[in-house]
Amino acid sequence: MKNINFNFLKKVILTVTIFIAFSCERELSADATLSKYPNTAEVFTDFPVGMGTSFYFPYAGGPDNPVGSKLNAWTVDQTESYKGTASMRFDVPTDTDPTGNYAGGIFRVDGPGRDLTGYDALTFWAKASQGVTISEIGFGEDFNTFSGNKYITTMKNISLGTNWTKYIIPIPDASKLLQERGMLRYAANSAGTNGRGYIFWIDELKFEKLGTIARPQPKIMNGLAAVQQGSIDSKINVIGLSQTFNMGTGFNQTVSTAPYYFNFVSSDPSVATVNEKGVVSLLKIGIATITASLNNVVATGSLKVTVGAAFVNATNPTLPQANVISVFSDAYPTLAGFNPGFFAGANTTNITIPVYANNNHLSYNTVDFVGLGWTGTINASSKTMIHLDVQLKSVVSNLRVELKDFGPDNLDNGFGANGDTAGGFIIAPNQLIKDSWVSLNIPLNAFTSPTGGGGSGNPNKNNIGFIIFVSNNGAPANGTSFLVDNIYFY
Amino acid sequence: MKLIHKFNIQKIFSASILFLLLSCSTDEKQTVTILKKLVIQDEFDVAGAPNTALWNYSIGTGTNGWGNNELQYYTDRSQNIKIENGVLKITAIKESFLGSGYTSARILTKGKFEQKYGRYEARIKLPVGKGLWPAFWMLGANSDTVVWPQCGEIDIMEYLGSKPTSIFGTVHGPGYSGGGAISKVFELPNDRFDNDFHVFGIEWGENYVNYYVDDVLYNQITPKDVPGPWVFNQPFYILLNVAVGGSFPGSPNAETVFPQTMIVDYVRVYQ
Repeated sequence: MKNINFNFLKKVILTVTIFIAFSCERELSADATLSKYPNTAEVFTDFPVGMGTSFYFPYAGGPDNPVGSKLNAWTVDQTESYKGTASMRFDVPTDTDPTGNYAGGIFRVDGPGRDLTGYDALTFWAKASQGVTISEIGFGEDFNTFSGNKYITTMKNISLGTNWTKYIIPIPDASKLLQERGMLRYAANSAGTNGRGYIFWIDELKFEKLGTIARPQPKIMNGLAAVQQGSIDSKINVIGLSQTFNMGTGFNQTVSTAPYYFNFVSSDPSVATVNEKGVVSLLKIGIATITASLNNVVATGSLKVTVGAAFVNATNPTLPQANVISVFSDAYPTLAGFNPGFFAGANTTNITIPVYANNNHLSYNTVDFVGLGWTGTINASSKTMIHLDVQLKSVVSNLRVELKDFGPDNLDNGFGANGDTAGGFIIAPNQLIKDSWVSLNIPLNAFTSPTGGGGSGNPNKNNIGFIIFVSNNGAPANGTSFLVDNIYFY
Repeated sequence: MKLIHKFNIQKIFSASILFLLLSCSTDEKQTVTILKKLVIQDEFDVAGAPNTALWNYSIGTGTNGWGNNELQYYTDRSQNIKIENGVLKITAIKESFLGSGYTSARILTKGKFEQKYGRYEARIKLPVGKGLWPAFWMLGANSDTVVWPQCGEIDIMEYLGSKPTSIFGTVHGPGYSGGGAISKVFELPNDRFDNDFHVFGIEWGENYVNYYVDDVLYNQITPKDVPGPWVFNQPFYILLNVAVGGSFPGSPNAETVFPQTMIVDYVRVYQ
């Protein structure tokens, strides 16, 4: 599976003030608001209905897809239709298409939007040039105008065959859709077709009141009782939001939903509050549980947050840049190609670079072993010490730091004739303190222990290629979790 | 007529008024019902267990899961059957009980109310979910002396929780039973049977059974429709139950939510 970033969630924020004003107005005179916008049902019959002039917006590029969606993926096909004379045709490109390696975008009403409160589903007929799975089809995305993407709803992994079939995307709570511009959103790639392009068609796209969609079963945290920890002043997102209905066919249909459909509640707002975006703000030490409801139906799943003391960054290094060779520190220039998890044992999880107060640090969970790498090698022959700040997050375990020198060939290719050397330094268990930073300054000639990779100690310093952390001699049963910051030779 | 006095005499008047209103509103569809003389009724207005003057319980699993490999154990416990707030609730529960994986309930008027012909109707809100199989139905009063399907079976309403928008009306008899029964599906337009109450009924007379849901007459079955002898010119008794699993609905799946309840507002019989 290609990891395609459709990159729309970041665009969600904005227009909070507009919303507040809007919701007040709605409270005061619901009837007046209801009649304000057209309730046109059809989006596409044989042509776009009531969409205005400028309504199709392909997804722009993001970090993972610099090109973005193929711009002309959508056209009106006058030769194919389920009903009438035309349909919407989507040409999903090959995965190597330089003009865009996937198809995706939104259809946004060129106007103030529609009142969809009288409907319970977006329905359409669809078929494809071959059996395919479409990643996402939904509605409610408008790129931050008016409703501000608040009510994005998406059906995922829609299986299309070569015959016209009707599809139903249930609306999680239509009473929210007083003024919606996002009539359709879609994203499709060729990951499931060995990179080969294909075509799919959508026809008779419209909102309907089916009356057969019932038994809502909303979920947060994917329906699980999730437990997370965080420190004061940090934030945690409520994720895994969905709404499931029993359809007229008797089958359950789940759609992913935006947080604005939910009403979130904190069991102790003095410990943690939660806003309408499902963002939990941790305020003071304690425990709070976040629950939610959607249209007065209690959601399955919860998020119990244990709030700990405010996070404190490691002390910033004070040595002049000229005196150090930095591997990882906000105080010095970034090392080219730095990778906090160049390799890792199977039990090492969640290698992340959290940011707190604009300062990055490294976070490792349940480490058996993990190697930090970078582009090329470091010549630390002029240095005598290595500095690192370590904060234990789990019980104290045996933690060993290893240096791997690649030898004159600058390649990680074996001890002996190829010149690789490596050695370890065992951090005494009582040297580390849980939940506190400890500054370690280790002489480079103290890396005398054998290494897990086969080094015999006392590595060379001219071509250092890896710094490796080994927990409990690599035994995964007692993997240590810890944070690291400010790694540099001096 | 005796039975009426045993039940709720006040209810007869209100029911008659209601019926007058109903008959006014259905005048344009005269074919739906013509039998108007109330013979018995159970409005389920007295909280507790069903009235023993009218209803018996089926208990246990029958033979081969009541002949259909059904999975439930029928009990008379209040968890499975009770009257409260003016309705009868038959609840299917997922639990280990005397060797079965589910419990539920079935009541029947066998030996207490049996009648030939008439209008039989009940107002019911149905449960939902794969594997649930509620029914409002009738068996020939001679069901102990002749082998099914010789006794005849009239299914006024059968429903599968996996198909919440439709119900079945069916007759079983010798030569046309089980998969070969004479049946018709009624599909509810733009709604589903677990959302609200609906009236399920038959009007049954000599050589015909008319099926209706609410004010829609959707089928008539007569001797010429059945490929065997017509066994419906004799007294029948009424059954109400919620089965779980078995050959017809299949087993519940991971999405089936338990407990599930069939709610019956009333059962009325007219002559």
